[in-house]
Amino acid sequence: MKFLNHLTSFSVAAVAAVGFIAAVPQTGYTAGAGADLEHFSPVRTDRALQRGARTFMNYCQGCHTAEYQRYSRLAEDIGLSEKDMLENMVFTTDANGEQTKVGSLIGTNMSKEYAKTAFGVVPPNLALVSRSRGVDWLYTYMKAFYLDESRPLGANNTVYPNVGMPHVLADLQGWQKPVYHDDGEGHQVLEGYQQVTAGKLSKQEYDATVSDLVSFLDYLGDPNREARHSLGIKVMLFLFLFLALAILLKKEYWKDVPHNS
Amino acid sequence: MSKISDTMAWIDERIPLTDTWNKHVGQYYAPKNFNFWYYFGSLALLVLVIQIVTGIFLTMNYKPDGELAFKSVEYIMRDVNWGWLIRYMHSTGASMFFVVVYLHMMRGIMYGSYKKPRELLWIFGMLIYLVLMAEAFMGYLLPWGQMSYWGAQVIISLFGAIPWVGDAITLWLRGDYVVSDATLNRFFALHVIAMPLVLVGLVFVHIIALHEVGSNNPDGNDIKKVKGPDGKPLDGIPFHPYYSVKDLVGVAVFLIIFFAIVFFAPEMGGYFLEHANFVPADPLKTPEHIAPVWYFTPYYAILRAIPIKLLGVLAMFAAIAVLFFLPWIDRNPVRSIRYRSTAYKVILAAFVISFLILGYYGLQPVTPLGTFISRLCSLIYFGFFIALFFISKNEKTKPVPERVNY
Repeated sequence: MKFLNHLTSFSVAAVAAVGFIAAVPQTGYTAGAGADLEHFSPVRTDRALQRGARTFMNYCQGCHTAEYQRYSRLAEDIGLSEKDMLENMVFTTDANGEQTKVGSLIGTNMSKEYAKTAFGVVPPNLALVSRSRGVDWLYTYMKAFYLDESRPLGANNTVYPNVGMPHVLADLQGWQKPVYHDDGEGHQVLEGYQQVTAGKLSKQEYDATVSDLVSFLDYLGDPNREARHSLGIKVMLFLFLFLALAILLKKEYWKDVPHNS
Repeated sequence: MSKISDTMAWIDERIPLTDTWNKHVGQYYAPKNFNFWYYFGSLALLVLVIQIVTGIFLTMNYKPDGELAFKSVEYIMRDVNWGWLIRYMHSTGASMFFVVVYLHMMRGIMYGSYKKPRELLWIFGMLIYLVLMAEAFMGYLLPWGQMSYWGAQVIISLFGAIPWVGDAITLWLRGDYVVSDATLNRFFALHVIAMPLVLVGLVFVHIIALHEVGSNNPDGNDIKKVKGPDGKPLDGIPFHPYYSVKDLVGVAVFLIIFFAIVFFAPEMGGYFLEHANFVPADPLKTPEHIAPVWYFTPYYAILRAIPIKLLGVLAMFAAIAVLFFLPWIDRNPVRSIRYRSTAYKVILAAFVISFLILGYYGLQPVTPLGTFISRLCSLIYFGFFIALFFISKNEKTKPVPERVNY
């Protein structure tokens, strides 16, 4: 019995430890210098992902790809038919100038040469950006663009200073400027933003748009998460049952091993 | 005679099947007092099998090509049926291999399992550890992410510190002036064929060496000295069925932890799969902070603690090499920590703590405090072996019982 208690408490503790380590220290993200990051918890409902996908296809995909991920897989995962997908979200064309096939990877129509001329670099593939940057970074970053006439594209970012990307969602958010205060030791601390011009969306609506977009990017980075979790629970249940049987088997055999004292 | 025993007799006349089974499993007598620490040998074997099997399936879709490698990994993750499961099992298996091997080595050190007559057993084990490190290092390049690329760049460049021939060696290792497609291809070949072959061979020899001398135990005494009238050790029990069923319990607990990681935290917060490795390798863009995967970081911390590159490299390799000599550094014939002096327990504790702290600082960016602590811990790490050499000469030990505690 002692042995059984030992092992079950050990395995429970071990699983708890795994959960703890996985949940707490999210280390090593390539964090940009600048503002503190807002905490963001991605939403994984079909509606949120559909809205996020719409924003992505309308605003991001002009320059960025999400290659590695296919339109058809996306449609299946966010509850759209392939027809819905083709009619509403596939704006890219293939080499023949025809609409991209639904089984293709999510690319962009911007050529690499043009991107280099326009921005100096090819805008990165965003399929895995939620895993390299983290969702907190993305959520804060998408809300941290501000008006800066000294920059070539008129925009700067408090999370990613001197970023090469324009403020693509400016017509939704409008333009803002950061407000700093002195912390008394000569450091400028970001206090908040002051709205300079209004956008089409209110602040709450814009936050919701960014939330959906980042939830979508989170999905793109790890499309199997839900399948993984649901299978994982079944596997855990099986393994705990297996453990119980293994312990009983062990005890049965070890009955005839004599103790020395 | 039944059909089965007829068949067995037919086989046994041609190959020693029954004899081999009895020698290594059915009548291999192991001490009956194995504790928690004795699960990790069989678990290491289990992880080896997991790595080989998942590795074979990964190889079916992976492309060792600078242009295609990263994409093919994402292809496995998204388009190959169960590809994500196979890949996460392989990446989690890599880290868990080291978890299990470090605990297995700790057991060997604590209970003096390297001492006469098990010196060769220990040395084969160390060779396994060495090959495992090479295997893990080469495997880590294959996803061709930023950390794969720059980690390999940094580690290979260490060989450049060797006087006269350093540059020639790095060039020979990479097959190019920088880490490139040529490097990726050769690392793939070594990772999937050469190293696993050597590894399996060494594991075989490790087990043969173990079964020749018999298993040590937490009391560190020799069970073969006390035999019953049937000539079998009184404190020994046949490996099968007693330890095969006991190890099954260990396997169940291990798989619970292993699959908890695979299904619920495959990145392990950035320790098993580093965040920067989700960006494809870019030879023109160095990541802000390059850190090896956690299982190499104690040695990496030793390397960085020493300001002169060549000395740092030598210290790093010496930190591993010194372990090979443990059977001769420790001059005390008493094996188990249970019967050794307080002085020994203190230096062993200091050694383990310094190793863990080094592991932590090897993950962190360089800071003056971190460097200071790393230097201190490097001194403690090497100091352990020096202290052990002297302490073990005339150590005051407790009497070792004839029979095991069970």
